[in-house]
Amino acid sequence: HPAPALGLCLSGCRGLSQLAELPETHQLLRQTCRDYADKELIPVAAKLDKEHAYPAKQIKELGSIGVMAIEVPEDLGGAGMDYLAYCLALEEISRGCASTGVIVSVNNSLYVGPVLKFGTEEQKKRWISPFTTGEKVGCFALSEPGNGSDAGAASTMAHQDGDHWVLNGTKAWITNSWDASAVIVFATTDKKLKHKGISAFLVPMPHSGLSLGKKEDKLGIRASSTANIILEDCRIPLDNMLGSRGAGFKIAMQTLDSGRLGIASQALGIAQASLDCAADYALKRTAFGAPIGKLQAIQFKLADMAVALESARLLTWKAALLRDSKKPFTKEAAMAKLSASEAATFCSHQAIQILGGMGYVTDMPAERHYRDARITEIYEGTSEIQRLVIAGQILKEYQL
Amino acid sequence: MSGRVLVGVKRVIDYAVKIRVKPDHTGVVTDGVKHSMNPFCEIAVEEAVKLKEKKLIKEVVAVSCGPQQSQETIRTALAMGADRGIHVEVSGKDYDSLGPLQVSKILAALAKKEEAQLIILGKQAIDDDCNQTGQMTAALLDWPQGTFASEVSLEAEKIKVVREIDGGLETIKINTPAVLTADLRLNTPRYATLPNIMKAKKKKIANVKPADLGVDLTSRLEVLRVDEPPQREAGVKVETVEDLVAKLKDTGKI
Repeated sequence: HPAPALGLCLSGCRGLSQLAELPETHQLLRQTCRDYADKELIPVAAKLDKEHAYPAKQIKELGSIGVMAIEVPEDLGGAGMDYLAYCLALEEISRGCASTGVIVSVNNSLYVGPVLKFGTEEQKKRWISPFTTGEKVGCFALSEPGNGSDAGAASTMAHQDGDHWVLNGTKAWITNSWDASAVIVFATTDKKLKHKGISAFLVPMPHSGLSLGKKEDKLGIRASSTANIILEDCRIPLDNMLGSRGAGFKIAMQTLDSGRLGIASQALGIAQASLDCAADYALKRTAFGAPIGKLQAIQFKLADMAVALESARLLTWKAALLRDSKKPFTKEAAMAKLSASEAATFCSHQAIQILGGMGYVTDMPAERHYRDARITEIYEGTSEIQRLVIAGQILKEYQL
Repeated sequence: MSGRVLVGVKRVIDYAVKIRVKPDHTGVVTDGVKHSMNPFCEIAVEEAVKLKEKKLIKEVVAVSCGPQQSQETIRTALAMGADRGIHVEVSGKDYDSLGPLQVSKILAALAKKEEAQLIILGKQAIDDDCNQTGQMTAALLDWPQGTFASEVSLEAEKIKVVREIDGGLETIKINTPAVLTADLRLNTPRYATLPNIMKAKKKKIANVKPADLGVDLTSRLEVLRVDEPPQREAGVKVETVEDLVAKLKDTGKI
C-alpha cells in the first residue's frame, strides 16, 4: 500500500497539514464510523456493559464495513488503509462503545498486525483472511500471572517434540479470549537466552491442551472478555511458529508499539464521549437561574477537558503519521498512549463532576465512561512503562 | 432496461445541527456548520446502486449542484457505489438563490447530454423541504414520474412504483425513461465501507458550469425575510367541554 506516496510524512508542511485537516478519504472513513457508532453502538453500549455481552452482531457489521483489518491489503481481505485511518476509525467506534473499541483494536493491532508483519505468505492466508470479516477475532497472549510489565520473564515454556511444539503455562488478562478463534502465544524456547529465547506461536481456538480461565469481572470494558489462557501439553505443528526462533520478544515489543496507538485512540474516544456528555448537560441543566454552562467553574473544566483531549489526539495522529511514513515512532506512540489514557481518566472524572449526582447513576453514560477509562492507563503498557520508554528515547537523543 | 442512471445528491446542513437564523434575517447560518448528504438523496443513491448490483442498470452517475464543497457529497456517493460524478459549479449569489427550478433545468440538460434512462432523486431536501425538483425535472423532459417511492421494481421496459400517498399506498406502472423520487421507506442506505472509500478515490468527478448546459440561473423567487418559528406559548387548561367551546369561540378559532 503506497502510504508514503500519499505524502503522509512530516518532513514537509504537507504532513503538518494532515494534522490540521484530514485527507478526504480519512474524513469519509471517520464519518462512516461516526454514523455507525451513533446508530448502532451508542444505543446498545449500556446494555452490553450491564450484561457483559460480547457484541457479536456489531463486530460482524464492523467487519463488513472493513474496520476489523484496516491495514491488511485488499488481496487478503482487508481495507488496505493506513494507520492514521485506523486511529480515526477506532476513536469513533470507542466513542460509541469502549468495549467494542478494544475488541476491534486487539484484532487489528495485536493479532492481525504481527501476522501481517512477521508471518509467511501461507500463515497470512490462513491466519489473517478469516479474521477480516468480523466472523472471527484473534487475541494476544503475552502477560502471565507472574509478569505483566516484566515481559522478558515469560515462564510459559515451549519444547519441541517430533514435528510439534508443546506449550505449557498460563497466560493472564487476555482480551477477547472467550470470543477468539486464534491466539498468538509468547513462550520461552531457550531459557538460557532470557528474553532473546522467547518465541511467538499461532494457536487456533478452541484447541486441545488450551483451556480458558474464568471470565474476569471487570470494572469497565465489560462487553469484552478477559480471562486466563491455560496451556497444558498444547501441541501445535512446527509451522505455527510466527517469525524466527527467539524473535518473540522483539515481535511483542514492536506489536505493542503499534497497539499503543490503538489504545490511545480508544482512550480518545472515551474522552470525547465524556466531553460530549458533559457539554450537553452543561447547556441544559439550570442552576442559580441559568444553564450551568454559563458558570466559570464549569467552563474551566470543559476547557481543560478539551485541551487534554485535543493535545492527546494530535500526539496520536503524529505518531500514526510517522509510522505510516516508516519513520521511528516509539517515543511518539508512548507519548500518545500516556497522554490519551490520562486524558480519558481526567475527562471522565470531570464529566461526572459536571453532571453531579446524575454522573453517578447508570441513567447517564458518564459513570460507564469513568469505569471504561481506567484500564487505558494500565493495559498495553502501563503509564509507568510509557514514561520509561519516553525517558529512554529522550536520553538517547541527548547522548548523540 | 439497461443504461445510465443519474442520481441527484444535495449538500445540506446536517440533520442533527441546531439551526440558527442569521442576524440580518436573510437566511440561516451555514459558515462552519456541519453539512452532509441530504438523507433522501442517500436513499436515492442506495436504490441506484442496488439496481446496478442486480445488473438492471449499467452505470450510476452522481450529480450535485453547488460550491466546491459539493464535491465531498459526490465523493460520498462514489464511496457508496456510484461510478462517477458530475459537479455543476454554482457558487456565491447564484448558489444562495439556487432552487428547484434551476436544478431541474440542469438535471434535464444533463439527462439529455448523458443519455440517461433513469433519474432518481430524493423526494425533498431537508433544508428547503420543496418537494419540487423531481416533478419539475420530469415535466421539463416530458418523462413520466414515480414520486414518494417506497418500492421500485423494473419490469421489462416499464417501472413499477409503489408510492406513499396520504390515503395509503398507490401502485403505478410507468414507461422509461422516467424520474423517481425516493421516500423514507424505499431502502436503508449502506455505510460507505472502507474498501469502497478507497475505490472512490480513483473515480472521476467532472466539472461543469450551468452556462455550458445552456441553463439560466436567474431566480424567479426573492427571499424577503427569514425568521425562527414563533416560540411555543403555554396552553390554558379548562374544566369542562363547555368552557373549551367558549374559549375557542372567544379567541376566534371557531
